[in-house]
Amino acid sequence: MLESLFRAEVRGLTLHRVQGHGGETERVETYRGTTVKMELSEKVRLEIGVSDHFVEPTVRAILAAARTGAVGDGKIFVLPVEKVYRIRTAEEDQAAVTPVG
Amino acid sequence: MNSADIAWMLAATALVLLMTPALGFFYGGLVRSKNALNTMMMSVSALGVVGISWALAGYSIAFAPGNGLFGGLSRLALSGIGLEAQGTIPHVLFFSYQGTFAIITAALISGAIVERMRFAPYVAFLFAWSVLVYAPVAHWVWGGGFLSKWGALDFAGGTVVHVNAAAAALVAAAVLKPRKDFARQAILPHNVPFTLLGAGLLWFGWFGFNAGSALGANASAALAFTNTMFAPVATLAAWTLLDLARSGRVTAVGGATAIVVGLVAITPAAGFVSPMSAILLGAAAAFPSYYALLWRASTRLDDSLDVVAAHGVGGTVGALLTGILAQKAWNGSADGLLFGNPRQLAIQTAAVGAVALYSAGMTWGILKLVAAIVPLRASAREEGLGLDVTQHGEEAYTQGEGAILVLPDAPGPAMPVSEPVLAPGGGAS
Repeated sequence: MLESLFRAEVRGLTLHRVQGHGGETERVETYRGTTVKMELSEKVRLEIGVSDHFVEPTVRAILAAARTGAVGDGKIFVLPVEKVYRIRTAEEDQAAVTPVG
Repeated sequence: MNSADIAWMLAATALVLLMTPALGFFYGGLVRSKNALNTMMMSVSALGVVGISWALAGYSIAFAPGNGLFGGLSRLALSGIGLEAQGTIPHVLFFSYQGTFAIITAALISGAIVERMRFAPYVAFLFAWSVLVYAPVAHWVWGGGFLSKWGALDFAGGTVVHVNAAAAALVAAAVLKPRKDFARQAILPHNVPFTLLGAGLLWFGWFGFNAGSALGANASAALAFTNTMFAPVATLAAWTLLDLARSGRVTAVGGATAIVVGLVAITPAAGFVSPMSAILLGAAAAFPSYYALLWRASTRLDDSLDVVAAHGVGGTVGALLTGILAQKAWNGSADGLLFGNPRQLAIQTAAVGAVALYSAGMTWGILKLVAAIVPLRASAREEGLGLDVTQHGEEAYTQGEGAILVLPDAPGPAMPVSEPVLAPGGGAS
């Protein structure tokens, strides 16, 4: 999926490894006599800040690459951002999320 | 019988047995975390499966009196194996010691097929391979078979163990086909410290493997022990220089690999060459394996953990150098090319070729036979989720969060314990 995002020229993102439940098939594991149902699965959460005209290609790149068709593929939430600063240069808003070079 | 010999061989047997779980750590560290348990279990299971096959049939085929190709069936299921002397140690001890070799040899193959093979066919393969391939080859060299009559030198199993396992690994990797992610995305070792731990424990166990192959507490064992220390030392040093020259960085995975390559290479030569020759042999063995590793990664052969480059190339180099560096002054039986006996090198070459061909052909046949009954490969989905959860119903690194205890008599859904239940999802969340 990262490959697909980079191909869509989305170059800045943050990735978290998280545990989540999205209604996917349940997993049963056994350790000696102890049987457990695992309700949380490993997921990744991406945070991507892009300028307005980049929202559509970014969403499409994720939809195309992250879809397996099974329950639990995940969600994309598109949220407005109030203000952005790039710390290195103190650029604001659009300039702050436009990749350099 | 001799008490000193018995004492040493008791210890040596335990040392060699330790090498199989050690191999599990070595291999387990090199795979992704979702396949860590599966990879380690591929070694650990061999302790059970091959241990049994050895007791039932393997030992008899390898060591009962027979013809040039196979031993007899007179020792099936331990019959006639008692406390009587076999050499200078009790027969039961000789039987146990040789069994540890059968176990690790079969486990070595798993490195070529990790992260994609279903477990049940793997177990079936282990059983069949140990009886039909390992046992006859051990007979050829150590049980009075045709290679021993030719005069092939293989002190502790460079050909019987390493060339044999590597030829099988090459075929198994080709039959299983590459992992779905192979050459598409980066597949990184998930725990390099495990791999270093495994390499250290392998080295420790290998003293039993090589020095124990003298079958007694004697000067030959002392020579093999010294060579088992100094050949890998030289390989590690040479590998360090190769790493420095190539990239300027000495890698830990490279160091662990170098130790194994050095140990493999000295195995056939351990009791036959002088310690200085062992150092030369160890250093020389670094080069072909180092470049074989680099070259293999650029091919379509997914010998995932490089069994061929480490054990096949290392074992072949060791077997051939045994034919060059062997010295009657040290081993009391045979000289190599350098000491006026060029014929020995020809014998060594023929032995490597015979074992590699037999092992490759038989491995292909066994895998095709197993594949005719059950599929060998996990599905692409199972491969994606990882074989720990899909094959074993366990994870190596559980968080413990989100796990709900299923009480034995709770009225909840009935669930098989070995596989994840494919229940429908609980609706959109």
